[in-house]
Amino acid sequence: MTNPASSPNSTKSEDAFAGGISGPGPGTSSLPDGRAARLRQFQSLIALAVMVLALSLLSDRFLTVDNGFNILRQISVNLCLSVGMTLVILSGGIDLSVGAILGLAGAVSAGLLKNGVALAAFGVRLEFTVTGAIVAGIVVGAAAGWFNGAAITRFRLPPFVATLGMLSIARGLTMLWTGGFPITSLGENFGFIGTGALLGVPMPVWIMVALVALFVVVTRRTRFGRHIYAVGGNERAALLTGLRVNRIKVAVYTLAGALAGVAGLIVTARLDSAQPNAGLGYELDSIAAVVIGGTSLSGGRGSIMGTVLGCLIIGVLNNGLFLLNVSPFWQQVIKGGVILLAVAIDKMNARERET
Amino acid sequence: MTDGGDIVLEARGITKTFPGVRALDGVSLRVRRGRLLALLGENGAGKSTLMNILAGVFPPDVGSVRLLGRDVHFANPLAALKAGIGIVFQELNLIPHLSVAENIFLGREPRTRAGLIDYRRLHDQAAAILARLELHVAPETLVADLRVGQQQLVEIARAVSLDVKVLILDEPTSSLSSHEVEVLFGVIADFKRRGVAIIYITHKFEELGRVGDDVTVMRDGRVVGEAPLSELTREDIVRLMAGRDQGETFQKEATEPGAEVLRVENLSLRGAGTGRGKLVEDVNLRVRRGEVVGVFGLVGAGRTELLEAIYGLHPGRTTGTVAVDGKTTLIRRPADAIAAGLALAPEDRKREGLFLEMSVLENASLASLGPAVKGGLIRPARESAHVSPFIARFRVKTPSLTQKIRNLSGGNQQKVILAKWLAARPKVLLLDEPTRGIDVNAKREIYAFVDELARAGLGVLVVSSELLEILVIADTIIVMCEGRKSAEFSRLEATAEKILTAALPDKTAVAL
Repeated sequence: MTNPASSPNSTKSEDAFAGGISGPGPGTSSLPDGRAARLRQFQSLIALAVMVLALSLLSDRFLTVDNGFNILRQISVNLCLSVGMTLVILSGGIDLSVGAILGLAGAVSAGLLKNGVALAAFGVRLEFTVTGAIVAGIVVGAAAGWFNGAAITRFRLPPFVATLGMLSIARGLTMLWTGGFPITSLGENFGFIGTGALLGVPMPVWIMVALVALFVVVTRRTRFGRHIYAVGGNERAALLTGLRVNRIKVAVYTLAGALAGVAGLIVTARLDSAQPNAGLGYELDSIAAVVIGGTSLSGGRGSIMGTVLGCLIIGVLNNGLFLLNVSPFWQQVIKGGVILLAVAIDKMNARERET
Repeated sequence: MTDGGDIVLEARGITKTFPGVRALDGVSLRVRRGRLLALLGENGAGKSTLMNILAGVFPPDVGSVRLLGRDVHFANPLAALKAGIGIVFQELNLIPHLSVAENIFLGREPRTRAGLIDYRRLHDQAAAILARLELHVAPETLVADLRVGQQQLVEIARAVSLDVKVLILDEPTSSLSSHEVEVLFGVIADFKRRGVAIIYITHKFEELGRVGDDVTVMRDGRVVGEAPLSELTREDIVRLMAGRDQGETFQKEATEPGAEVLRVENLSLRGAGTGRGKLVEDVNLRVRRGEVVGVFGLVGAGRTELLEAIYGLHPGRTTGTVAVDGKTTLIRRPADAIAAGLALAPEDRKREGLFLEMSVLENASLASLGPAVKGGLIRPARESAHVSPFIARFRVKTPSLTQKIRNLSGGNQQKVILAKWLAARPKVLLLDEPTRGIDVNAKREIYAFVDELARAGLGVLVVSSELLEILVIADTIIVMCEGRKSAEFSRLEATAEKILTAALPDKTAVAL
């Protein structure tokens, strides 16, 4: 009786429903953001197709199976970071520390695998298996990300500042842990993550595909994913709707940190060495991929698949320019131009949507 | 009235459509030299849209604007200003961290020969204008430090400093004290004497007789009447505005309230800074099942703050107890309030209520995704099955559930918010200014819904600054003044005079 939905009026309203709502019925759209987002992705897809076509004509080494895997392997690290970055940016934040966390996680994982850790108080040395070292690397990344989230929610630091601090902290910790020297010769088993292949497909590509699939589902089909969009779209309204905004943010930064940890493992395994400077500047490539993929820097709008396209565009561009012997310096200039162009187009679309 | 020569500004056949709404439909308007045209109409009648077109904020879809007999097309507000059309918007458009003088002369600052801003001349000129408006603040004062009424005067000062042929004032007196209103009327008389044509948007009949010459009434995007003020009675104008006789407005039926569902005791809310007073002080109230309790108060009375404190938005600064269904509940965040059975539809829909990038469906389901989830995943079919009965119940006009909510009209957006909360099955609904910025018909619909929800067993606590609204929908009326509850009336006892008297802090100034 207290349930207002089953008041006597409901029969009458159903008629109104039929009159009020017409056109395509509910459930036909692709959530979370419908036609406009698909149009944007479509544009990126066309841009990618044009690039692939042009490069195929310009270089006979471009359109080969080997080079395809090459590109996918090259973007796998950036895409791991960028999936996390997409979550952060969708929630209305930014994470400048992912590159540094990548370096720290890789170094910690490599160090534990190679040397274990001495617990002076107990006079023992803990040795790590490959699995243990992998888990430790991801946990280190997640912990750094959690710290970002805590700083942003507890102490209300702007994400830009909090993660800038973490960038420096993680870099410093990496240097302390490694003493500034690479940790090398990690063994074949660990190296498998970076250099191995399954069914002819390189491991980093498997990892990347699995993570993308997972987070496409998370963002489109789970409450958590919906809540990320809500927090980024209108934080105040999300709070008033009863969402635990702070928890959601902490979770998002923690995930971004963990994903940076995974990226760190891939980089380290691939080189069979943890470089103290690994991941330097990667956060910028990652933000670029997210933005090229059509995700709004103000939050609440965008998608993981957009970011996949963004990474592919950057990857194809780098690879193609390399094959064409374009100077790496020019490559940087061109990449910058593409970022500006992508965002400018997106802004123009946004203006059309709003008037 | 003769035609021709003395028409300064003329709009012809203006039509403007926004996604989902036809805001203006073939509107024509004329303003004459040295006369004040009062533009009347309910919220959503299209007045502000028309003014935005005249001031070059956006172009019309169809129709033309003629200034001094010549067709004009303004690319932006600056172009309109240069042509001689000045506008004082309803919302304040000042830059808070610049000074009063800098705001008045923004973009037109006097320069020294070196090209730097000549602050001495800037301040002298600003001081002269401020003196004329009897606004006793130094030109160097930051706008952020002024009261809202004073800020509104600074907006007007900006218009005064311009050499305009047409001046548009959009509800300029909404935050002014009665003395400030008098000063403004003096300034308007000056303008008229200098031959400036004025368009004056207002809701207040009292002001019309003082300054008006001609009247144009708009309703639902059309002009429904125009005449010299002297030829119209107040009743004529009301009838034109409402489009129906007064008796046809929403009529509430008497209800018998049930058991107590919300009890608030000794609720106080401290101000944010140190040393500030209390925003809400020692408020007690209760809401029963099936009862609509209205909270009325003037700006700054603590109405919104009361709702926010109940809803757990200021846990550190709130004292007192809240009991839902007889159980005292510690509410430290909105999630707790919702778990206890409360729901809040905030005043500022765009800023606090809507997810503009999301669809109608996603907005409506966000507070109660549980039934849409199976096996950890949101199932689109379940989601729309869960939400559509509520969307239907509130007769939301939308092409589909997947339409972005930004494309709906204000009234329909508000209905989606109501649907969202109803889908979450609350016991008490907190509504903050539920009909702000909504057109008349949608307003009446919302009143009917509130009534219907109460009848279905909900307790409703409505905050409103519209006296008429409170009188129409509330069973019990609580009046707030300076953070305290100053009176409580039953529906039968309440009159506009009693409520206003209780709401005014200065009991001598009942000159409304």
